[in-house]
Amino acid sequence: MKERLVQLEVLRYNPDTDTEARFQRYEVTCAEEWVVLDALNKVKADIDPTLNYRWSCHMAVCGSCGMMINGEPKLSCHTFLRDYEGVIRVEPLVHFPVERDLVTAPDDFMEKLKRVKPYIIPKEKKPISEGEYKQTPAQLMKFRQYSMCINCMLCYAACPEYGLTPHFIGPAALTLAHRYNQDSRDGGRKERQEVVATHEGVWECTFVGACSESARRTSTPRAPCSR
Amino acid sequence: METISTDVAIIGAGGAGLRAAIALAETDPKLRIALISKVYPMRSHTCSAEGGAAGVIKPDDSFDLHFDDTAGGGDWLSDQDCVEYFIHEAPKELLQLEHWGCPWNREADGSVAVRPFGGMKKKRTWFAADKSGFHILHTLFQTSLQFPSITRYDEFFGLDLLIDEGRCQGVTAMEMRSGELRQFHAKAVIIAGGGGGRMFPFSTNGAIKTGDGMAMAYRAGAPLKDMEFVQYHPTGLPNTGSLLTEACRGEGGILVNKNGRRYLQDYGMGPETPVGKPQLKTMELGPRDRVSQAYWHELQKGNTVSTQWGECVLLDMRHLGEKYIDERLPLVRELCASYLQVDIVKDPVPIRPVVHYMMGGISTNTKAATPIPGLFAAGECACVSLNGANRLGSNSLVELLVFGRRAALSAIEHIQGLPAANTKALNARAVETQKRIDGLYARTNGTESMSGVRKEMMDTMEKNAGIYRTEEGLQEGVKIIHDLRQRYDKVILTDKSKVFNTDLFQMLELGSMLDCAEAVTVGALARKESRGAHQRLDYAERDDNKFLRHTMAYFKGLEPPRIDYLDVVITKSPPGVRDYSGDHK
Ligand SMILES: Cc1cc2nc3c(=O)[nH]c(=O)nc-3n(C[C@H](O)[C@H](O)[C@H](O)COP(=O)(O)OP(=O)(O)OC[C@H]3O[C@@H](n4cnc5c(N)ncnc54)[C@H](O)[C@@H]3O)c2cc1C
Ligand code: SF4
Ligand code: FES
Repeated sequence: MKERLVQLEVLRYNPDTDTEARFQRYEVTCAEEWVVLDALNKVKADIDPTLNYRWSCHMAVCGSCGMMINGEPKLSCHTFLRDYEGVIRVEPLVHFPVERDLVTAPDDFMEKLKRVKPYIIPKEKKPISEGEYKQTPAQLMKFRQYSMCINCMLCYAACPEYGLTPHFIGPAALTLAHRYNQDSRDGGRKERQEVVATHEGVWECTFVGACSESARRTSTPRAPCSR
Repeated sequence: METISTDVAIIGAGGAGLRAAIALAETDPKLRIALISKVYPMRSHTCSAEGGAAGVIKPDDSFDLHFDDTAGGGDWLSDQDCVEYFIHEAPKELLQLEHWGCPWNREADGSVAVRPFGGMKKKRTWFAADKSGFHILHTLFQTSLQFPSITRYDEFFGLDLLIDEGRCQGVTAMEMRSGELRQFHAKAVIIAGGGGGRMFPFSTNGAIKTGDGMAMAYRAGAPLKDMEFVQYHPTGLPNTGSLLTEACRGEGGILVNKNGRRYLQDYGMGPETPVGKPQLKTMELGPRDRVSQAYWHELQKGNTVSTQWGECVLLDMRHLGEKYIDERLPLVRELCASYLQVDIVKDPVPIRPVVHYMMGGISTNTKAATPIPGLFAAGECACVSLNGANRLGSNSLVELLVFGRRAALSAIEHIQGLPAANTKALNARAVETQKRIDGLYARTNGTESMSGVRKEMMDTMEKNAGIYRTEEGLQEGVKIIHDLRQRYDKVILTDKSKVFNTDLFQMLELGSMLDCAEAVTVGALARKESRGAHQRLDYAERDDNKFLRHTMAYFKGLEPPRIDYLDVVITKSPPGVRDYSGDHK
């Protein structure tokens, strides 16, 4: 296995002891095929147990490991060392308050997801005993691509509008609203519209497309607000 | 320490925990529900399940067939009353998810589509592309948002159960953001903490799967059942351990050795089926335990392919063609391309078996109740004895739903007419948690590094309690794990901060894994037979006279567990021969 010495520059911050954030440099030997998360894990296991970040699945599906890598929002488990030369700079996702080191507080994001009523509000209710709601493959395809969001929040870090106007509901929540609106089983569009189409909703979007840039990198679809 | 009073506390917000929470909220909107999880719900490991969820729905299928596949697949260690309950509830639960918006794949007529899966005689696996678990988890999470009675405690690390007068009445947890402890006083507690596959070095399991829920119940006196049964999935990526779903083979992928031979035919799963025309329950669609074991034999024979990531066999999907692969297995293609730099359209992928699932767990009955009144468990952390000695792929996502809901209903039954809690006694218990945590911070005589102990544990589990086991290897394994548990008390906590201290969380997780690992090794040593996922080179046959029984491990502090046995419930299918040689012979 080919190995390589990787230099990481990680933004550290502990509200208990630090007045401001500072960069710390680590040097670790990594396999060429590793992702940035692997390098961080090696730092934590062998060099500095006090470094903090979130991760779980290591396969770009749980959405835990978003961070800024050389200034771009990325999933660290899906960001390959082979794509970088020189020092790799790792910082917490921007536009979110930092809890500690690379761990940010997603409270605002969680609250926004909830606000769009992301659940089926049935057109017509029927009991389970009557079986499934019929949905053709074509009807499924109308919303499936909008149901793939892993809630990684990269698009919020990428979104200039969210940075300026924190009450903007943002790409992922809008996508989610759209996902349910497009579902043939759903009749809740009107209820969601109240949230989505207000001043905090879709009209805040300046259509710069930064979110779909970041979404493309997570292999998720473009947010509907950027279409 | 702040006290939070609630009616039902749930530890774990994966598939099982969320399903339980929704069932509680729907059944009795007045109940106060505390949903405690060490990660935000959608980070739970249910999100990584790819293949799908089994439930009888099509006219050519029947409950009896699903019963037979499950009982036989589990090598007759499943409790058959449990299997019976499960198979009947399964389609209802999957339909319920459909009503909640899960994007199941569809047939042209708009009905739900099903796909074949290993060890299943009929196509009965519901799927949402190759992100089934992801969609189940997100559908449940999003659905749960409409219930005001569910209060979430996201990123709260569950620590100890509060037991008083023999009843479970709460749990302590740490708010990870602040490091503050909280005690939850509850009339009933449901554990849905997931599996513990991370005790092995090479695993499909996410970092959070450290057996905390199992260990919590075990330390409180609930027995762990059948812990020695650890499932290897036959097709893991050799570097990261990421899973290539069984659907790869369900859709027609084949397994070949370095000579290009479809070697499964040499291990009782032949004769060979035509390439690209998979037949149910034979060859590549044999059960996981058999397919993983065949790899081990090929390795011994020198038939594996040497790669930079170690010895592998090859999964070949090229004959499926690009269009079909992109339609049915897009995630698989993406995973292989990015992590291994192999395009499955053009090349076979090297793979090897990888630790995947724990059949064992907190002993529960068909009502999802543990032997401790007020304590319920569901999901991978529980052993309700559905999966027996070997889980069939796509049964466990449904298990989360069926028994998550069942745990909720049982909890509601339990809390009717309970006497008031003795808060003083519960407080006193909670103070013990506080002392334990303070002790970790105050420890100054530490001599062991955490990553060192963790690595030794993982290496021991792989070497001594892997796909094939022996008396000698297990004895050594038992001894090393026992030593590691003593040494654990000397592990240094480097990070003394209160705020989001992942050094501390990893330390706690290591403690959970060690407790569980000891139950695995001791149970495996005591089970002198081969059954399902537990294979002994020195006891190669199944022994129904002695071991048609569940292993029950009882916590004994720093000593190894006390092992006892419980009879398996057999109602209609007596132990027979597991035949995967196919109908076509
Ligand atoms: C890669 C992969 C693919 C799979 N594919 C399939 C498939 O196709 N079909 C199938 O049927 N099964 C599949 N499985 C198995 C199935 O996905 C799992 O068994 C199941 O998702 C487990 O769900 P759970 O709710 O029990 O636990 P999880 O989803 O793992 O959730 C556990 C929860 O417990 C919480 N928790 C744990 N410890 C603590 C603590 N100390 N304090 C607070 N909270 C805690 C976590 O935060 C989390 O919310 C797969 C498994 C893997 C790993
Ligand atoms: S839309 Fe894409 S980038 Fe935004 S949170 Fe969802 S998955 Fe992440
Ligand atoms: S670790 Fe799960 S998305 Fe990166």
